[in-house]
Amino acid sequence: MAIQVNSIRSQFPILHQEVNGNPLIYFDNAATTQKPKVVLDAIQQYYEVDNSNIHRGAHTLADRATQQFEETRESVRAFIGAKESAEIIFTRGTTESINLVAKTFGSAFIQKGDEIIISTLEHHSNIVPWQMLCEQNGAILRIIPITDTGELIWEEFEKLLSSKTKLVSVVHASNALGTINPVKRIIDAAHAVGAKVLLDGAQSTSHLDVDVQALDCDFLAFSAHKLYGPTGLGVLYGKRELLEAMPPFLGGGEMIREVTFEKTTYNTIPFKFEAGTPSIAEVIAFKSALDFITSTGKANIHRHENDLLKYVVDLLQDVKGIIPVGTAAEKVAVFSFNIQSMHPFDVGQLLDAKGIAVRTGHHCTQPLMRRLGIEGTVRASFAAYNTRNEVEVFAQAVTKIASLKNK
Amino acid sequence: MSTIADIQNEIVAEFEILGDDRESTIFYIMELGGNLEPYPEDLRKEEYIIQGCQSKVWLVAEEKEGKVHYRADSNTDITKGLISLLIRVLDRRSPKEILEANLDFIPRIGMGNILGSQRSNGLAAMMNQMKRYALAFQTKQNA
Ligand SMILES: Cc1ncc(COP(=O)(O)O)c(C=O)c1O
Repeated sequence: MAIQVNSIRSQFPILHQEVNGNPLIYFDNAATTQKPKVVLDAIQQYYEVDNSNIHRGAHTLADRATQQFEETRESVRAFIGAKESAEIIFTRGTTESINLVAKTFGSAFIQKGDEIIISTLEHHSNIVPWQMLCEQNGAILRIIPITDTGELIWEEFEKLLSSKTKLVSVVHASNALGTINPVKRIIDAAHAVGAKVLLDGAQSTSHLDVDVQALDCDFLAFSAHKLYGPTGLGVLYGKRELLEAMPPFLGGGEMIREVTFEKTTYNTIPFKFEAGTPSIAEVIAFKSALDFITSTGKANIHRHENDLLKYVVDLLQDVKGIIPVGTAAEKVAVFSFNIQSMHPFDVGQLLDAKGIAVRTGHHCTQPLMRRLGIEGTVRASFAAYNTRNEVEVFAQAVTKIASLKNK
Repeated sequence: MSTIADIQNEIVAEFEILGDDRESTIFYIMELGGNLEPYPEDLRKEEYIIQGCQSKVWLVAEEKEGKVHYRADSNTDITKGLISLLIRVLDRRSPKEILEANLDFIPRIGMGNILGSQRSNGLAAMMNQMKRYALAFQTKQNA
């Protein structure tokens, strides 16, 4: 079913504005998506009607807030196909989710000489936590190389895998290039040598149907703000037996069963990993974001975004001076490119003058940029509310900018 | 020779002709970068880089007959254009003139608004570094 873009757009108040004298074209969705009215309303409703701390108060407001908070956990469970909602842990974002695994699973189950495999495509948040862990405990970080088109080299990955591999932590879909990694194959191959797998789902959860049970991944990390939800909220999915075996992350309220000065016993999952008062309003409003996605239809959104990606590639592929970056066969709706003889920052500024928001730079993937021999790219990334007309305006603007230095 | 204030007035008048159109203003700034004296490759070193975010700036200065001569470059064309404006205003003047200069042409041409915070901060860092060079030469002259 084709989606009704106009009716979707009408649900996003922020889209209806002019920027620098032109209608806003928001193509920075891989950085963060805009929020539908239902999400904004849910935040307001929470503070106006239900605000109170959860899991504690013996009063009606606390009950209501707790109930809604836990309803979101159930929605997230359903969204990623997890077996039980106790396997859903709320964090501050993908970054915190990955750090949580590095600090807890990493310190308990990865030792000196053990190996962790990541890929050249990783976002800094799936590199630095492992470097920190390796520095601490003497484990070794191995990197899967990529081809010039931005795809993992499978044979090289197989060579890296061994009985020393304890964890494979890879991005499901690259934020800088859009490449979709063959994660099912990666997971099966890693499991065959006894390694666990963490998927960085920051980009994939918004563009693909991610089912943790079908994939059989051990961990999945993602951020609400890239899924039409609030900022400051993320999810870590982990298999129950792993989460139970892992030591806690932060210490404090909520995560304990009983505290005495001699000994503290910990709460059960997921609470063991949710110390302190969480982002209650954000969690509650995230349910509305997931409802928005489900009611619009994941498959419909993905088809629409892919259509926009194809269209932009079509419009720009023969334009002189355009250098697409990342041309993997399987991609999410991310169009990364450079213009011959121009710096991406300048291109971004010229697009901004036309009201077009894109991201420029290294996209927090400096090792990837170094591998590709470039400083950065200009990145346009699409969401459910973007239109073919916006793609046309964008392509015209890019064509004009490219002509400056490419006669 | 015209004063720093005269040249700033000239620049403001030139930008007024461009009016409010952001795109043509940026195109114009990018073209201005072409006026920069070529930057010597042997001075393209880490130690001459001014901290910026996405755009890099190299800046060196030397003293010639009591005047400061600046040379600079950037990896982005917009920044190069901005540098060329700063150089047009400050180059080949005495340290005293440079240190006393009230550099107000940037806000007067509404540049902060066009550039956004990243580039505006970079531009401020560049101006500071130019004044710092002038101060160093003045200290040397007075020594
Ligand atoms: C692939 C990928 N991983 C991790 C992150 C980090 O997400 P967050 O900043 O929400 O923690 C991002 C966001 O830019 C991303 O695109």
